[in-house]
Amino acid sequence: MAEWFQDNGLLLGLALLDGLSSAGLIFLVAVGLNLVFGVLRIINVAHGSLYAIGAYTAASIGLFLSTRGLPQWAALPVLLLSAALVGAVLGPLIERFILRRIYAGEEVVQLLVTFALFMILEDVQKLLWGVQPIHHDAALKLLGTIDVPFGSDFIPFTNYQLFVLPGFAIVTLIGLAWFLRRTLTGRVIVAVTTDREAATAMGIDAAKVFLLTFTFGAMLAALGGALSSPTAALVPGIGAQTIVLSFAVVATAGLGQIEGAALTSLMMGLGRSIAVYFEPELEVVVPYIIMVLVLLVRPQGLFGVIETRRV
Amino acid sequence: MRKLEFLLALALAGAMIAAAIAAPWLRFVLTIALAKGIAVMGILLLLRAGQVSFGHALYIAFGAYTVAFLAPRLNDAVLLLVVAAGGAALLGLVIGLFVTRYRQIFFGMLNLAMCMVFYSLLEKLYHITKGSDGIRVEIMPVAGQALDRIAYEWTIFGIALALAFALGALLRLYLVSPMGEALKGIKTRETRLEFMGVPARGVLLAAYVVSAGVGGIGGALIAMTSRHVTPLLSYWTASGELVFIAILGGAGGVLGPFLGAAAYELIRVYAAASFADAWQMILGTALLLVILFAPGGLWGMAARAIGGRSR
Repeated sequence: MAEWFQDNGLLLGLALLDGLSSAGLIFLVAVGLNLVFGVLRIINVAHGSLYAIGAYTAASIGLFLSTRGLPQWAALPVLLLSAALVGAVLGPLIERFILRRIYAGEEVVQLLVTFALFMILEDVQKLLWGVQPIHHDAALKLLGTIDVPFGSDFIPFTNYQLFVLPGFAIVTLIGLAWFLRRTLTGRVIVAVTTDREAATAMGIDAAKVFLLTFTFGAMLAALGGALSSPTAALVPGIGAQTIVLSFAVVATAGLGQIEGAALTSLMMGLGRSIAVYFEPELEVVVPYIIMVLVLLVRPQGLFGVIETRRV
Repeated sequence: MRKLEFLLALALAGAMIAAAIAAPWLRFVLTIALAKGIAVMGILLLLRAGQVSFGHALYIAFGAYTVAFLAPRLNDAVLLLVVAAGGAALLGLVIGLFVTRYRQIFFGMLNLAMCMVFYSLLEKLYHITKGSDGIRVEIMPVAGQALDRIAYEWTIFGIALALAFALGALLRLYLVSPMGEALKGIKTRETRLEFMGVPARGVLLAAYVVSAGVGGIGGALIAMTSRHVTPLLSYWTASGELVFIAILGGAGGVLGPFLGAAAYELIRVYAAASFADAWQMILGTALLLVILFAPGGLWGMAARAIGGRSR
């Protein structure tokens, strides 16, 4: 064991750091999906497309502005603004004109409507941005690298991935928990999540809550995409990859659980990056193995609440 | 209505044969459509119980790879079809024992997980599966008869059509049998079913095994027709496509899957030929329109047009 650690210690350290930063991204996307599911009761397949569009928009706005002599420090705010823009435009459009028509429909129909949206947005994205990889990493370069002490060695790692990605995840987690539990709007959202009928009977405008939640969820997906854009080249298919991973997080965490989603994202992010460095064949499988194991022991998810059986 | 449905099926089969004679490339498209239609009948069965599997591409890919792997040793299409069906049903039994403990979103997501695990195994175990390059399938003898290419393609088309008829008739029987009626019970209120002494999990498991078996048959036919198998057969979007076809065709009757599959494949081929980058968008839009304006699917529209009930 000690010998193994001698040989692979640094690799493990790198895997942990990588896992931490990817867990941050996974959380941002998954928590949006989870929030939307909690309120609207719709698993939004198009959530992955919003992630991809967020990433592409951030990269192209960044590229455009850098040719116009934008100061370096603005790289990070540009990422955030693009995410907000994508969420604020697409979120209400999708909720108002498409989802609103099918709230009363069957579950399979709702799932398929978002699947149809996913197919449409996937091609919109190809038409707008083409199929060539797009890369813009100003934000990553701006913040530089750091030598992380690990045992007697140092691991060079980018500040962006070490601090910004997990940082945003933590801020989102705390902010969201505070928003949902301490503010009126947040409590209204929780009320609709718990019992839509009762909440509506108390005079809560469910339609408004749906619109608000969906737009917010869309912003979170776009934020995940925008923040991921400096770390990797953007290619078609990133939306499809992201959404399946988020599905796994949501089902494992339990539906509507925010802290659960955080813990699960951490498990899956770490599990995946450890697999990347030690058993690369298993990389894609790890999240599903975690999911199956968790659901074997806790069928309602890690933090899920068992629903009472109705007769 | 029953007689009418049979006549309609005959008319559809006649139209398919005529189209296959008129344009040889349509023969290929329609064989694939028949194969997918057969697989989608399994989705239909599960939909009766209100359960959406977002992972049945697993059984298609399993059937297809069974053909690809065993063709050099077990060189006969009929034998391979039997083995693929049996193998897929067996795999369905093993996975079904696990996933039928779950309902709704958990059922869907666990199926998705299994399908993605299979996808990554196919992709990563390069020395066995040749990864994303896939495996070529040679023209094989059918029931001991060695055939040239044209005769082979016609034979597979004929087998697919015959199987569609036979399995469609069996599915009709299944749906009106006590097992089929119990499936509807799972959808409306499972607890009541249990109170009557009907083991709901067993009912769902039986349907699941059948759906896996027909998935295997569909996959084997696809491998024999396209003569090339790749891991993409098992990607999650392929599973979504199956549910798509089920809803497009209409979940009300046995003809639905075949109407849906034929429409799906034809739209896809034409859209891909005329708008290479936008075929997904066209399919997605078609699906949205059907869901929003013709909830019964194509079969529902057909049934309304001839004045019957869509069952």
